[in-house]
Amino acid sequence: MSLYKAETRRLVKRRFTRLFVAGALVVLAAVAVGMFFTNQKVGPDQIARAQAQAQAEFEEVSKQVAQERKDCEAAKGTPSASRFPPNCDELQAPQPSDFNPKWHLPATFDFREKFPDMVTTLAALLALAAFVIGASYVGAEWNSGGMMNLLLWRPQRLRVLGTKLAALLVGLTALTVVTAAVWTAVFRLIAGLRGSAESMTSGAWQSIGLMELRALGLILVAGAVGFGLASLGRHTAMALGVVIGVIVVFQFGLGSVLALADVKFAEAYLVPVWVIAWMSKSIKIEDYNSCDFSAVSGCQPESITITWQMAGGVMAVVFLLVVTAAMWTMRKRDIT
Amino acid sequence: MLPKVSPVTAVLEIAGLQKTYRSRKGVRKALDGFDMYVEAGQVHGFLGPNGSGKTTTLRTLLGLIKPHGGRMAILGQEVPHHLPTVAGQVGAIVESPQFFGNFTANDTLSLLADAGDVDQSRVAEVLELVGLRDRAKDRVKTYSLGMKQRLAVASALLKDPKLLILDEPANGLDPGGIREMRTLMRNLAESGMTVVLSSHILGEIQLICDSVTIISAGRRVAAGSVADVLATHTSSAVKVRLEPGVDMGAAVALLRANGAQVAVEHDHFTVANAGNPAQITRILAEREIYLAELAPVAADLESVFLELTGTAPVEGQHRQVDETAMAPAPAQGGWGQ
Repeated sequence: MSLYKAETRRLVKRRFTRLFVAGALVVLAAVAVGMFFTNQKVGPDQIARAQAQAQAEFEEVSKQVAQERKDCEAAKGTPSASRFPPNCDELQAPQPSDFNPKWHLPATFDFREKFPDMVTTLAALLALAAFVIGASYVGAEWNSGGMMNLLLWRPQRLRVLGTKLAALLVGLTALTVVTAAVWTAVFRLIAGLRGSAESMTSGAWQSIGLMELRALGLILVAGAVGFGLASLGRHTAMALGVVIGVIVVFQFGLGSVLALADVKFAEAYLVPVWVIAWMSKSIKIEDYNSCDFSAVSGCQPESITITWQMAGGVMAVVFLLVVTAAMWTMRKRDIT
Repeated sequence: MLPKVSPVTAVLEIAGLQKTYRSRKGVRKALDGFDMYVEAGQVHGFLGPNGSGKTTTLRTLLGLIKPHGGRMAILGQEVPHHLPTVAGQVGAIVESPQFFGNFTANDTLSLLADAGDVDQSRVAEVLELVGLRDRAKDRVKTYSLGMKQRLAVASALLKDPKLLILDEPANGLDPGGIREMRTLMRNLAESGMTVVLSSHILGEIQLICDSVTIISAGRRVAAGSVADVLATHTSSAVKVRLEPGVDMGAAVALLRANGAQVAVEHDHFTVANAGNPAQITRILAEREIYLAELAPVAADLESVFLELTGTAPVEGQHRQVDETAMAPAPAQGGWGQ
């Protein structure tokens, strides 16, 4: 327990940890402030204004179509006739239903509709911070010789590395739970002031809760992978290098090559797609070059669906591989 | 067959320790059957030229490196198997002091105290002991090498260990600091602590240590009390100083012509193989060259070290780090032999 306490203290004391957490919170605050100011509450005044705008637009377009018809009739038998259809009745007058007043409503924060995107934003940002904090936490220890010092005190390699990882994961869990709670409360407030949360049912809240739980999973895996990679390379830069390598080689490089080679469902090879699948429960990828014919709906593109279970499986495999490799090398390699 | 652990008051015992590094360049034996024995309450000097295996020995002993053979015991417990049990009684610094630069000395020691179940009050005590009390709240990255060295010693002392292992503790210290360190080592030994001290400052070792082990090319080449090691390597060298104004070059040439091994210094010369110093006076007096001083050269630890490890500088040659005297394989291994 004393080692765990020391490691938790070390993690929290680190300037890098504090800086990155503060940075992530500032960005999240900026997102919340931005959402507050770009949305507004929709009341009877806004609805009436939107209806008036839709009506005005309908009338304007109706006038234009009537004028076009007149011009069409007048142009018959003249060289200008080519500008119009042969039958001027084809220029149909618009219907009032074509002009939806909703289009003229100001942006409003519908909690049920928009908050899931905010949870994804929170998860992505905290996952990035978790990866870097995890990598730096153990990478700096290796790099500075602190790990060797610690092992002179506690010559139990797996226990030391395992305790460090536990301290990191518990710390990240605490950070995520608190931040997610504040994030939810802030957006519920924004919805109250600049939108609506009326459509939230207990089922909808449960769904939000589960999504935030998946966000926690993503953040913990990101932290553990950063930690594991930096421990494998005994340097923070190792983890950051791997991530940059993955982005350059797999995301940009592989993405471009697969697109050029017209590979089916090329997006399925890209990490963000799997992250979205995890967070949004599923993602459907369509191959627009194919035709899956059906008598009812005609030619439809072929599609595959990546579910959150599939994405979770991939995350679990990556987590286990990296952490096991880090533990194995910790046990086997000389510490010089 | 592996040697048996001796039942006497050994705090540290190493027998037949082996460590081999394999790389694309080939195989290098860092430790080649190394033996070491340190008795309780001693200040023991651990000497060896660069690359001789000193740090590898200490790292292996402390569980940082896995050996390929041999046996080790600390406080009677076989290590590395029982290292977690004895670690609380061993304070160590290995090679240069390494700390996380953004933490203060206080934080650094406080975290170590937490990790090792040591009372936090001990932090202030050891900082006082090594003279860092007033700088305890400064970040370590602002420290000089000597201050980091003091902090490293403080971290090793934090556990109030029975065995203190210090690798180059005087490195970077100013003369006052070296003297303080010497006094500290002696006081610790008098309080019952056993201190193993690795250093290249041989004059210091000679002053502080009760016993020494000298390692070269991964093998022990000498061990025992400082007096014994010096006694077994007494030389027949004599220091010769001529009368002022006498041509020293001519005298040196004359002696060399008669088979003397002469090393010329600034205002005198030494004859290494002066079994019969009277021969020197006779040869020179025949040419009317008279001596102002003829004195035996007392063996010191430095000359013994250089002789045993074969690392004495040779004029016109640039010795490479791995060029050391290969110690003969010990006739028999064993604890404390």
